[in-house]
Amino acid sequence: MLVQNLAILVLAGFVGFAVISKVPNTLHTPLMSGTNAIHGIVVLGGFIVLGLGAEGVLNKILLVVAIAFGTINVVGGFLVTDRMLGMFKDRDKK
Amino acid sequence: MSPTVIQSLYIVAFALFIYGLMGLTGPRTAVRGNIIAAAGMAVAVIATLLTPGLGNWWLILLGVAIGTAVGVPAARRVKMTAMPQMVALFNGVGGGAIALIAWVEFRSSAGFAHEPAYVAVASLFAAIIGSVSFWGSNVAFGKLQEILPGRPITVGRCQQPVNLLVLLAAVACGVLIVAGATSEWLMGGLLVTSSVLGLLVVLPIGGADMPVVISLLNAATGLSAAAMGLALSNTALIVAGMIVGASGSILTNLMAKAMNRSIPAIVAGGFGGGSGGAVEAGDRSVRQTSAGDAAIQMAFARQVIIVPGYGLAVAQAQHQVRQLSSLLEDKGVAVYYAIHPVAGRMPGHMNVLLAEADVPYDRLKEMDLINGEFGRTDVTLVIGANDVTNPAARTDPSSPIYGMPILDVDESKSVIVLKRSMRPGFAGVDNELYYNPKTSMLFGDAKSSVSEITEELKAL
Repeated sequence: MLVQNLAILVLAGFVGFAVISKVPNTLHTPLMSGTNAIHGIVVLGGFIVLGLGAEGVLNKILLVVAIAFGTINVVGGFLVTDRMLGMFKDRDKK
Repeated sequence: MSPTVIQSLYIVAFALFIYGLMGLTGPRTAVRGNIIAAAGMAVAVIATLLTPGLGNWWLILLGVAIGTAVGVPAARRVKMTAMPQMVALFNGVGGGAIALIAWVEFRSSAGFAHEPAYVAVASLFAAIIGSVSFWGSNVAFGKLQEILPGRPITVGRCQQPVNLLVLLAAVACGVLIVAGATSEWLMGGLLVTSSVLGLLVVLPIGGADMPVVISLLNAATGLSAAAMGLALSNTALIVAGMIVGASGSILTNLMAKAMNRSIPAIVAGGFGGGSGGAVEAGDRSVRQTSAGDAAIQMAFARQVIIVPGYGLAVAQAQHQVRQLSSLLEDKGVAVYYAIHPVAGRMPGHMNVLLAEADVPYDRLKEMDLINGEFGRTDVTLVIGANDVTNPAARTDPSSPIYGMPILDVDESKSVIVLKRSMRPGFAGVDNELYYNPKTSMLFGDAKSSVSEITEELKAL
């Protein structure tokens, strides 16, 4: 399982490198914000660890906080990116 | 639902992430790209919730509800000027989530006692980087929000050794845990030392470098998400985290290049202390001008270039500036906007603001295109921009900003600078431009100064 996962890890790294080759300066901030939202995927880790049976009050509290944090990361990240890009969209229409 | 279905849905999510990110790199496709990536996230979330045997539904729902209740209003209400620090905050909580999950992993497996070593290593790596990212991002937020001073805060010459020591302490805790120690004090020590490391690393970095730092921390959070994915054997975390880690590193590099700064130099910190090359302000006189004067100068110019900076963003003066340039154009003056790659506090900051005020896109000129134009320009109007116009970057090797590409505004026939005060800019360096005999200063809030000039123009 580990070796398979490592293979996936390495390949995903190359995909990440390949996707970002040439980006106009204007889009640096929205792109950073968009990738930022994607690593909010850790919220899934919270779902799994909490959902598959966390014991104890402290563990549960920590995981609820972790899920809240992850959700802020995902929801806030995509919304902020959309707002930034909304400025560009309006311009294109005119 | 069977694992095969979940894995297949994950594959759909990856395709959407990658396609979305590709879209985000082009101006026309960016909006759609973001929505596609968000759709990928939705697919990944749904797939995970289909995991067989998942319980604690109310608690999961509670966490998601709290996160949504905080995240949505924060993202909707934040002002365009405060965008950079908002991204820092969102990045930080992501790192915090990773550190918390790693902590629970430690607690519920009795210190990784019966887990393979790689699970412990990956979890602890994720815990260290996640904590650094959480606290580092919070410091970045504090600096940009001006809760913390923007200038570097250092412990002097021993900064690097101290950072290294703290890092070693965190790693030592981790090594002991992997070697079989199960005391929760060690995990606590690892989390505390890596938190301190996050503070120590970002506090000495000057405010001007903050965008690059946020991007770097963003990539780091991605990597720790991938490590957490290895520990949990969850491909969604591995792939999404690693893609962010890799693309985030490239992006960090691109941003640092636009500022002519190297990433090691930024992380080493201390930039913006105003040590070398700072000129004593106050001793030398600057020429002040009035709104009326400025209006007359520009009305009779053939070409005017407007250089917007952070001051324009703070004052929210973009609509007034747009009005001013329309008036000038009616009088037959050619008006362009010179956009420095890092004007404001984020690349693209100015484009966003001016687009909001309906400034036509073809009026915005990037630095390389407009630098040749300054020699032909009668009046350059600098609105709240500072370091990006400082000729010391070209001429004074002792200046901390030496070598940064700048807008050659001092080549135009006359320069009018709108500024709140003589306070130095974000890099903490005095600006030679203001003492140039060609330059006149109009002090005050950018919005009211521009409005005054506009009124004077109408009266002409």
